[in-house]
Amino acid sequence: MSVADRSTFKRRLDSLGVTVSEGPESACATLIDEAAGDPAVGVALSDGRDESGDAGLALPDRVETDPTTAELRAAHTGVTDASIGVAEYGSVAVEADAAGTEPVSLFVDRHVVVLREADLVPDMPDAFEWLGPRARDESVDVVFATGPSATADMGGLVHGAHGPKEVHVVLLREEGADEADDEAASEPEVTADE
Amino acid sequence: MSSDAATADRIRELLATEGDAVAENTRGFNEGRYESTGRLDDYEALKDDAREIKEDAIARLPELIERVKATVEANGGTVYVADDAADANRYITELTAEERDADRLVKSKSMTSEEIEVNEALEAEGVEVVETDLGEWVLQLADEAPSHIVAPAIHKSRESIAELFAERFDPEDPPETAEELTMFARERLGDLVEDADVGMTGANFIAADSGTMLLVTSEGNARKTVTATDTHVAVAGVEKLVPTVEDFAPFVELIGRSGTGQDVTSYISTLTPPVGSPVPDFENDAEPLADGSEDDRDFHLVLIDNGRLVMRDDEQLKETLYCIRCSACSNACGNFQSVGGHAFGGETYSGGIATGWEAGIEGLDTAAEFNDLCTGCSRCVPACPVGIDIPWINTVVRDRINRGEADPSQTDWLFEELSPDEEPGGLDLSTRIVGNYETLAKWGSRTAPIANRLTDVGPVRAITERVAGIDRRRDLPAFASESLVDWFAARGGARVPRDEAEREAVLYPDTATNYVDVDRGKAAVRALEALGVHVLVPDLPGSGRPPLSQGMIATAESAAEDVYAGLASHVDADRDVVVIEPSDLAMFRSEYEKFLPEASHERLAAASYDVMEYVFGLLENGGDPAALRAPTEGTGPVAAGKRVAYHPHCQARTIGVGEHATAVMEALGYDVRVSDTECCGMAGSFGYKEDYYDLSMDVGEPIREQFGDTDRTVVAAGTSCTEQIDALLGDAPMHPVELVAPRE
Repeated sequence: MSVADRSTFKRRLDSLGVTVSEGPESACATLIDEAAGDPAVGVALSDGRDESGDAGLALPDRVETDPTTAELRAAHTGVTDASIGVAEYGSVAVEADAAGTEPVSLFVDRHVVVLREADLVPDMPDAFEWLGPRARDESVDVVFATGPSATADMGGLVHGAHGPKEVHVVLLREEGADEADDEAASEPEVTADE
Repeated sequence: MSSDAATADRIRELLATEGDAVAENTRGFNEGRYESTGRLDDYEALKDDAREIKEDAIARLPELIERVKATVEANGGTVYVADDAADANRYITELTAEERDADRLVKSKSMTSEEIEVNEALEAEGVEVVETDLGEWVLQLADEAPSHIVAPAIHKSRESIAELFAERFDPEDPPETAEELTMFARERLGDLVEDADVGMTGANFIAADSGTMLLVTSEGNARKTVTATDTHVAVAGVEKLVPTVEDFAPFVELIGRSGTGQDVTSYISTLTPPVGSPVPDFENDAEPLADGSEDDRDFHLVLIDNGRLVMRDDEQLKETLYCIRCSACSNACGNFQSVGGHAFGGETYSGGIATGWEAGIEGLDTAAEFNDLCTGCSRCVPACPVGIDIPWINTVVRDRINRGEADPSQTDWLFEELSPDEEPGGLDLSTRIVGNYETLAKWGSRTAPIANRLTDVGPVRAITERVAGIDRRRDLPAFASESLVDWFAARGGARVPRDEAEREAVLYPDTATNYVDVDRGKAAVRALEALGVHVLVPDLPGSGRPPLSQGMIATAESAAEDVYAGLASHVDADRDVVVIEPSDLAMFRSEYEKFLPEASHERLAAASYDVMEYVFGLLENGGDPAALRAPTEGTGPVAAGKRVAYHPHCQARTIGVGEHATAVMEALGYDVRVSDTECCGMAGSFGYKEDYYDLSMDVGEPIREQFGDTDRTVVAAGTSCTEQIDALLGDAPMHPVELVAPRE
């Protein structure tokens, strides 16, 4: 991930109508709490870097992480993580798993998706370089989701045709990353592109 | 095709009922394609990558089929390769109705499933089929066929959908706005998906190395269809296979941009089924979602041959298998924009590439029903993300139709002298007359006063309409009594001596310029000579464009050989070949590749220039613009000051010479407004045909809207554009070279 990727990603999300909040990993639960409606269901977040039995990124208590199908059906918001993000397109990779990441991200009105900045890749070819070995070795199922569900079949663009009507991305900085420097460095880029 | 009142009536009906909705949507998509592909830094390179992957995949198809069988089975799924539609339907109905005893199957959008008509087969076995794509659902409720391969219900207005819902469901509070209609459909379909037993999807691409399938969607219905049911059936043509997952990347970047102008659609699902999600149990919904039920999932990939492997062995139709069904060729097409897929389409597929699909899958008879609607304007060629020569596929199929329809018992005694072609006897007369336009023009020029008088007489026009299918509302070209070649010889040849010349050029006397619009030829000679060029106007044969437009490939090929024979010594002598008629230059540069040895084609293509491209080049290389005609205020028969409206020819746009005229005129001080319409709709002989007169005029309508009350001087390079604009605006435009050439 480069600073340029992050600003590209955020700009693309903005043009897709996707809201974003940012913070350190320690702020994860707070950021999710601010973004999630009620009732909310979710899938326990993994902390991709760590295999030592770390508890992983935290979810707020009000998010039901082992929902029944009835709770999923009644939920306003579904919280999941994303495996990677694709900066150039504003896409997040949602991976189907036994915990129900796919249905939790799909059968809801709002999808709150948690992405670590370190997992941003610049462009589509990078995303498929990432996917190839995992598809071959682990038979993964991944949806690259870009903005909310949409249709123009009813005489005008409408969000929420079958899937979520709204998407919010929680973008997490690694602990120790220097926020101020990043912000300053990204400033000219944003201006130039506008 | 011979004149058929039913064809004309059907087209008129579609123009009136569906034309406006189709036009608004497809033109929007086409505009979106330009914007979205324009945001790519490496658009052409991506297209090349995509083309290369498809060429490789189709070349290795049998190997890829074996490979995907192994990978899908290793993943726990099943692969069935179906020979044809009946075979596929038998497998799917046995699985669904018998093994699974399913009451309902939910489907996401799939053209291949439309091709095999699986819905009917399932319903016959008592399985309810529900289309979950909103557009497809509307059509299922209305019992209509898709009018577009990507946006199937674009011919339906919001109002007609509201009426349909009100009639079918009689809701208390009938939905009216797009938002209300969508939410109404979301709820209804959501309930139907929850209770479904089997989910069916198509697949846009399948990677043989992993058994991963890629689905391009926006609504989320394919995701729900797969997730909510424990049995997933994917139906896909064998041509959807690519070697690896990494090969997906260029297609993901191109397919949405090329189709509806979206950089990427909302959901790109890359599934390696059976998928890893638990199956939500909507009946016992108090149970935890994550219950290990992902292990119960069943997956069947049904790969459909249905004529594709025969197409793969057909050198001409093979390219069709590269098609990724993005719809760019539909959206870029003037005729499609006017009438949509209900006229420009076959059993399943629509738009320019449909001719290849329908010829290969259904047969020539089906392709023959709509193949005429490809006029060869070529605007789909740069739009196609895998570089398929779609007009060529249409030409090849037309040639096969001609040969199949030809009645060898019919002797062409009446037209033998006028039709010295290479085609079988008994060819449709209208086809043959247009295809032999060069001979007709020569004859007309020799007998100009009589021929011109005759063509204007009412009873003669009635006969022309009945016999040749030429609509009597069209003006026929008036032949000149002195051809360009004769005029040039009579004036004593070149005015700029060879030893004083900057360059030497052969001005190609195309059939239209030589026999009909001689003035633009004379203007070209003056313009070139004013810029110091030693000009030659030798007698040369026609380019073969008219016969090619009628699918008379052998005749066109013979013309190409004759033209090359006539030009070879000039090219050898380093003379440039300057062409006035853009459709003939397009022959030299593009289609002759199919007819001439590679080296010959390359030499001729490299030596040939559009006349305005050539003038542009002369000015760029030190030519004196003062030698040409700058704008003048209100003097002379053609001067209308500096304001010009210019309609570039469709094929000139495709081969990249549409804008040189603009540059030359602007360099001389003209204020140029360029037409937004990519093809005028006349397209050679197309607009003359009685069946297609109304369609042709409708395609040209945006030109009338843009330039109808302009006070600008209208210029256009193509002969057919000239005739069409004359009909649309009531005044014939001149060629840009006539505007800028010094006066006689």
